[in-house]
Amino acid sequence: MLNLARNELYRLFLSPLAWVILALSQALLAYLFLSHLDYFMQIQSQIAAIPGAPGVTEMIVAPLLGNAAIVLLLISPLITMRLLAEERRNESLPLLTSAPLTAAGVVMGKFLGSFAFLLILLLMVLLMPLSLLLGSHIDLMQLASGALGLLLLIASFIAIGLFLSSLTRQPAIAAVATFSLLFFLWIVDWAGQSGHNDAGWLGWLSLLKHFEPLLQGELYTSDVAYYLIVTVTFLLLAIRKLDNERLTG
Amino acid sequence: MTKLLEANNLGKRFGQQTAVSDINIHLSRGDVLGFLGPNGAGKSTTMKMLSGNLAPTHGQILINGIDLLEQPKQAKAHIGYLPETPPLYRELTVREFLVFCGRLNLLAGKPLRIAVDKVIERCGLGDVQHRLIGQLSKGFQQRVGIAQAIVHHPAVVILDEPTSGLDPIQIRDIRHLIREVANEHSVILSTHILPEVQMLCDRVQIIAHGELLFSDSIDALSKQMHASSLQVQLAHAPSVRELSAIAGVVSVQTISDSTFRLHYQPDNDPTERLVSLAVAKGWQLRQLVAEQHSLEDVFMKIVQREEISKDA
Repeated sequence: MLNLARNELYRLFLSPLAWVILALSQALLAYLFLSHLDYFMQIQSQIAAIPGAPGVTEMIVAPLLGNAAIVLLLISPLITMRLLAEERRNESLPLLTSAPLTAAGVVMGKFLGSFAFLLILLLMVLLMPLSLLLGSHIDLMQLASGALGLLLLIASFIAIGLFLSSLTRQPAIAAVATFSLLFFLWIVDWAGQSGHNDAGWLGWLSLLKHFEPLLQGELYTSDVAYYLIVTVTFLLLAIRKLDNERLTG
Repeated sequence: MTKLLEANNLGKRFGQQTAVSDINIHLSRGDVLGFLGPNGAGKSTTMKMLSGNLAPTHGQILINGIDLLEQPKQAKAHIGYLPETPPLYRELTVREFLVFCGRLNLLAGKPLRIAVDKVIERCGLGDVQHRLIGQLSKGFQQRVGIAQAIVHHPAVVILDEPTSGLDPIQIRDIRHLIREVANEHSVILSTHILPEVQMLCDRVQIIAHGELLFSDSIDALSKQMHASSLQVQLAHAPSVRELSAIAGVVSVQTISDSTFRLHYQPDNDPTERLVSLAVAKGWQLRQLVAEQHSLEDVFMKIVQREEISKDA
């Protein structure tokens, strides 16, 4: 299983895709980071006098992590699309299914491999707020809570993408489907906000809704549980799908 | 003798359609079993079931005494499988890929390195081991496919049409490699090319429309191939009447002025008498060929016989 994860990660870095994704998302987020920083420097003198005014963490770190979540939403379908769909198109899946591995082993290996990749991306993003420590004081606990949120978000993105990738042999279809589903889950709470009180449960489905408190440094068990449930559910679905293929051909 | 692979009453239905019905396969240590059939006969389906990639609708598969359906993980460790399309990661080098396959099959550390070195040497991949698989020719990719199937030294190697889509020289090389593999492993080989079976296998099973039609040693198949005709070429050809007068000759067919086909009764071979007569009478024998039914003929006969008996 870990072998599979390692191989997955290694093959990812053999393709230019991984490097391009890392470089471009880093550049994009660096630009956003700098503009937030710039804005904060401008208004710092004005808000310094107000008691209880937002500090560096609220003004720079939280928006940055929020933006990182959007970027991850955009790129994770690109990472997960190839996981199983490409294996199927190259007809290399039998290599894994005829090895002494269970379907769960295959799915977990693929999951961990992609998770490790996005973890690298996340760590590189986190270096930016940490660099603020050189000249300022930031709320490390709030940063940690935001990072945890991103971590959970990544896990559920990959699980969803992995499942959709298991359904098709066209990576492009997997990518589009994953992106649509992620985006839908992201914005589904808009309906809940539009005044209909009976639509509140839609808000509970939203990936975004559970991320926002974490960004503000509020750690609720229900939010963490939500992400874990999403991740586990889609991983189980992917395992079922692979197993089913063996049974029905 | 220990049975390395045993499949009993194996069957597979896809919805209403029966792809394979009640097939029995036995493989002993050191056997090379040819699995022969026309396209669409259910060869690949059977291979997939034997390798644990497809669950049979009914039946039982034992690999080395371990039930493949109940303990797939343990059983699969004893199988090496090469599907019709070799499962390769084109962006890896040959060596990286084989190391990955070894790890997949639970090898690690020094035994892994030794196994990979050995398999690279056995499959003649030494010169290309640091090249990307995607850049190799199809013949070499097929070799890597075979290497992948034997790297963990499985008891049973299952090869699904290993020579399809290769040029004649590559086919010869791959056959050579398969024969080499057969020295250390039991092999099941599926193909629709008959001479291949004749060259490589000890036993043959013929399958058509998902049913097993023939299951015997290659010698028994050869016996069926024995025909009862001679083709002779004589520089000073005698008359047809003289030839048909030879004891045992049933009829003579004239192919050209100097070439004839002699049909004879199977238990009364006139070859010796023909040769001595040719010497005595100065016919100047140029060519004497004992004609054989090709495997194709036998194969068609077996498949057709089954179809006729089904209609009746």
